Amino acid sequence: MLFWVALISVVVMLGAAFAVLFLENYLAATAAISVVSLALSVLFFVLQAPDVALTEAAVGAGISSVILALTLRRVGLWRIETHKDKQ
Amino acid sequence: MTESAGIIILSYCGAIGLILLGVFAMVMYRHLIRIIFGLMLLEAGVNLFLITIGYRANAVAPILVDGQIPAAAMVDPIPQAMVLTAIVIGVGVQALALALVVKTYQAYRTLDTQELAQKLAKETGVDIIEGTPVYLPSPLAAHKQILEEKST
Repeated sequence: MLFWVALISVVVMLGAAFAVLFLENYLAATAAISVVSLALSVLFFVLQAPDVALTEAAVGAGISSVILALTLRRVGLWRIETHKDKQ
Repeated sequence: MTESAGIIILSYCGAIGLILLGVFAMVMYRHLIRIIFGLMLLEAGVNLFLITIGYRANAVAPILVDGQIPAAAMVDPIPQAMVLTAIVIGVGVQALALALVVKTYQAYRTLDTQELAQKLAKETGVDIIEGTPVYLPSPLAAHKQILEEKST
């Protein structure tokens, strides 16, 4: 049972990490990085570290995404639609 | 037992994958925010690696209930305490890096490292040959040296 939870969370985590690297839109990449943090906190819970899982879910998926989104708005990359430019 | 072994192998695979993706992003991309994405992935991978090192098969979480030590073995609590600290420090590092990105954008209106290098070179008067700054001696000094050699 726990093995399947770990398998699903690892697959979601690595898929979201690939999405972070290859998404053109910076807002979508920020959302993908918070998905990475959430899947990582599930994996921490499977590995018997509930306190680390709580901290990762609160800090990694919460505060980190918020400061990234605020920075994107400050530097003018807050765009919903994707447009092609060099990375 | 085999379930725990599978969990350990999966966690190591996830940690190594995250570290590789983070290093790839930090090395290959030119945009500053993409480099910070790579830094965040790298931190997550290292945290997962440390927690997996402290994991033991068929163990419970290192939490005492009513001061009673549980009958089953406990996982190693030292890496968990270190990772708990590292997560918070990582968010501080990200906040500092993002503040520097905002200041860089306000000063130069670009976040591409190549364009930033060219603008910095134009400011400081350093020549750029194929993307790398080259510190050549100024032509005036070289000319003066040749004249001195001729006169002696």
